[in-house]
Order: sequence, then structure tokens, then C-alpha cells
Amino acid sequence: MERALVLMGCAIGAGLSMIAGIGPGIGEGYAVGKACEAIARQPEQKSSVTTTMLMGCAVAETTGLYGFIMGLLLILLAPGMFLKKL
Amino acid sequence: MEIEVTGAKILFELPFGITITETQVNMWIVMAVIAGLCIWLTHDLKVKPTSKRQIVAEFLVKTAQNFVEGNMGKRFAFFTPYIAALFSLALGCCFVSLLGMYPPTSDLNTTLGWAAITFVLITFYKFKTNGLGGYLKGLTEPIFIMAPMNVIGEFSTPISMAFRMFGNVVSGSIISALVYAALASANSALFGWLPGFLGEWANNYPILQLGLPAVLSLYFDIFSSVLQSFIFCMLTMLYIKSAAEVE
Repeated sequence: MERALVLMGCAIGAGLSMIAGIGPGIGEGYAVGKACEAIARQPEQKSSVTTTMLMGCAVAETTGLYGFIMGLLLILLAPGMFLKKL
Repeated sequence: MEIEVTGAKILFELPFGITITETQVNMWIVMAVIAGLCIWLTHDLKVKPTSKRQIVAEFLVKTAQNFVEGNMGKRFAFFTPYIAALFSLALGCCFVSLLGMYPPTSDLNTTLGWAAITFVLITFYKFKTNGLGGYLKGLTEPIFIMAPMNVIGEFSTPISMAFRMFGNVVSGSIISALVYAALASANSALFGWLPGFLGEWANNYPILQLGLPAVLSLYFDIFSSVLQSFIFCMLTMLYIKSAAEVE
């Protein structure tokens, strides 16, 4: 019973941790939309706009990746850690 | 279908408990390949290039120099070898996964090591431009209550850099493994019930695994790893440059 509870908690927690994916998704979409506007206004600046956009996207992705790493820890490490104590 | 997600496997053990993992061995291979490539590209150079090899080498060096000088200015042109080495090593470590080997960048120790070098460089340039007193005073900006926050901010730079690269590579490999397993089970669910040799054939040769993993690999192994290596170098340059600016 306790085993099942621990595993359930870890799995639910891992699922909840991926809510962190919402923020970067919205943010990156916004950045890409603005970059499209900028390229439409000044097509000759396309390469530098694209570089800056990819850079900003990668930095904005960080918080989502933190959530992903939390989920990874909850699935791969936490069950073993808590089950050992039972 | 078993899904196997593991870290680096320990290959052999040296005395005093030093373990040699796949990470180190694969990184040595990448380093050897890069060193060999450099030696091959730069042997018997001439003042007037006659071979295609020398033109390619000059092009690569020029690109790296323009890249670093464009982002950090002429003052930091001596960082070109370091940035170029970091970029080629990161790229090589990611591309290893195309050969089915364990990519060293999906081990946190690798990326954390590179980020630690960046952190040392940032702190060194902060000391150099502002002095010890100026550095400590900069931590208490705007008011002294914020000092713990600023200390955390100092340390969060390398940690976020390391986790960014690690997370991207690991998420790519995990998503690829999951999609691969899902396609295999979808294949056996769709075609496995077929009578006679057809079902057996479908179970042995999962045809659904043909297209999608290749596209995913194109994105995760090539696009994403080039982007992450580029961003790692870019952030290193930007942080060092902003650390050396006089306030």
C-alpha cells in the first residue's frame, strides 16, 4: 500500500512538474511572432533577427527545462529514495 | 517493449575508486577526432593557399575570429581559441549520439564542468575590472538587504547554463526512446493479430518505426545540438564581456 502511494505521488508530481512547459511555450511563441513582424518590416535584417530570436528562445526555455529535470528526478530517483526508507 | 533510460555506464575502474565512464571515453574519442582534424587541416601551410584544405582551414579560423570579435570586441580577440574549442567540443559531443554512442553532454558533469570554467572567467574579469572591494560592493546593489539574492544570482549563472544544455540533450534522447517504444507497441497492436507469417513478420520488422524517429533525430541531434552549442558559446562570451565592462 505504501509502495503504491509513493509511486503514485511521484508520478503525479512528475506530471504536475511539466506544467512548467506552459510558460516557455507562450513566451517563445510571442518572441517568434515578434520576430516575424520584424522580418516583415525589415527583410534585409533577417539573419540577425533570427539569431537573436533563437538565442532568446533558448534562454526562455530554461525554466521549462528546470521543470523537466524535476520530473526526471521524480520518476528516476525519488521512488528509489523513498522506497528505501519504508 | 522495454524502455531503458540510463546514465553513463561505468566501463572500468582505476585504483583509489576512480571510475572511468562512457562519458570520459566518448569525450576522449571526440577530442582525438578534433585534434586529428586540426592537425590534418593545418599541416604544410603555404603563404599563398594552393590546396582546398588550406582554404577551408582559413575560412574556419576567419569565421571564428569574426564571430568572437563581433560579439566581444577587438579587446577580447584572444578568446577566439577558447570559444572555438568549446564550440567544436560541444558540437562533437552532441553529434556522437548520431553514431548511437552515449553523448557526453547528456551527463551533467560535462556541462557543469564547462559552466564552471565560464564562472571562473566571469569572476576573474569582475575582480580585474572592479577590484575585490568593487566586486563585494557590487553584491550589495541596490541595497545591502539584497546581498543574499545577488550571491544566489552569481551562482545561478553557471548552473542555469549547465542545466540548459544537459536538459536539452537528455530530453531529446528520452523523447526519442519513448517515441521508438510507442511506435513498436503500436505496430504490434495494429499488425500483430494478422494470421500466420504476416503477424510474425510485422512483429519482427516494425515498419512503423521507419519515418518518425529519423525526423526526431534530425531535430534533436542536429538542429537542437547546434543551437545549444552556439548558445553556450554565445552566453559565455556575453557574460565575460559584461563582466569586464566598467560600471
